[in-house]
Amino acid sequence: MSWTALAFYMFSSIAVLSAFMVIAARNPVHSVLYLILTFFNAAALFLLLGAEFLAMILVIVYVGAVAVLFLFVVMMLNINYVEMREGFLHYLPIGALIALIVLVELVFVLGAWTLAPEVVVASAAPPVTEMSNIAALGSVIFTQYVYAFQASGMILLVAMVGSIVLTLRQRDGVKKQNIADQVRRRAKDAIEIKKVNVGEGI
Amino acid sequence: MEIGLGHYLIVAAMLFTTGIFGIFINRKNVIIILMSIELMLLAVNINLVAFSSFLNDLTGQVFAMFVLTVAAAEAAVGLAILVVYFRNRGSIGVEQINQMRG
Repeated sequence: MSWTALAFYMFSSIAVLSAFMVIAARNPVHSVLYLILTFFNAAALFLLLGAEFLAMILVIVYVGAVAVLFLFVVMMLNINYVEMREGFLHYLPIGALIALIVLVELVFVLGAWTLAPEVVVASAAPPVTEMSNIAALGSVIFTQYVYAFQASGMILLVAMVGSIVLTLRQRDGVKKQNIADQVRRRAKDAIEIKKVNVGEGI
Repeated sequence: MEIGLGHYLIVAAMLFTTGIFGIFINRKNVIIILMSIELMLLAVNINLVAFSSFLNDLTGQVFAMFVLTVAAAEAAVGLAILVVYFRNRGSIGVEQINQMRG
């Protein structure tokens, strides 16, 4: 068995096992940590496939952003996770049945599947051999798929605006600096001169 | 034994099945459901990159990148909805979500 095959089996088995632990772990914090392990092993699989740029993007975006976001939310919300687990055994048989059906279907598809020979010839964007993976990917993204690239930027913008709008709330009772009010303030609003007669007080 | 396209597809199929299984057995916990969706998208990404690598076509990697973008956006919006829901109701149980009409 070659080193590549050994590496493949190691990374893929760890990825599948930790993916199972994501859904089986009792504590959601452990789930997020197993999710991070899954992403790291999937990135290693991407490296084995020769997609270096996507492997690095997977580590940066998924581990660095998405998983940390999950961790943030899990730790921020004060939830009783014991009662969350109540329906676990109740849903186990139907879930296992549906998962088995999907797996069997996928195995049937893979078992009866062969690659048409003209697909290999008709490659839409064959990689240029003298370029590195990231350079070749960039030359495809910014020419052929530039509109899709712009659209994905719009998706990210909409997601950012949407999540800010959803979570922003105006709370009363909080002292905040209002610069417009401070600039608008004049001396006659702030100071009042009282005439005080002698011996009487205010 | 040489590692071929089929090996990667089998790994992706197992990850996808794990995601579906996770959605079914964690019916009460939305956070785990969102993580299961991330697992399924990761399986799709592995499929795309494996085909891209074995068919010598970069398009698969480009689409894997777009899938990654959509997955990040989905996680952000989903968790934002989750935070708002928790703020309003004090729990994240899925079974009462159908009361959110209007």
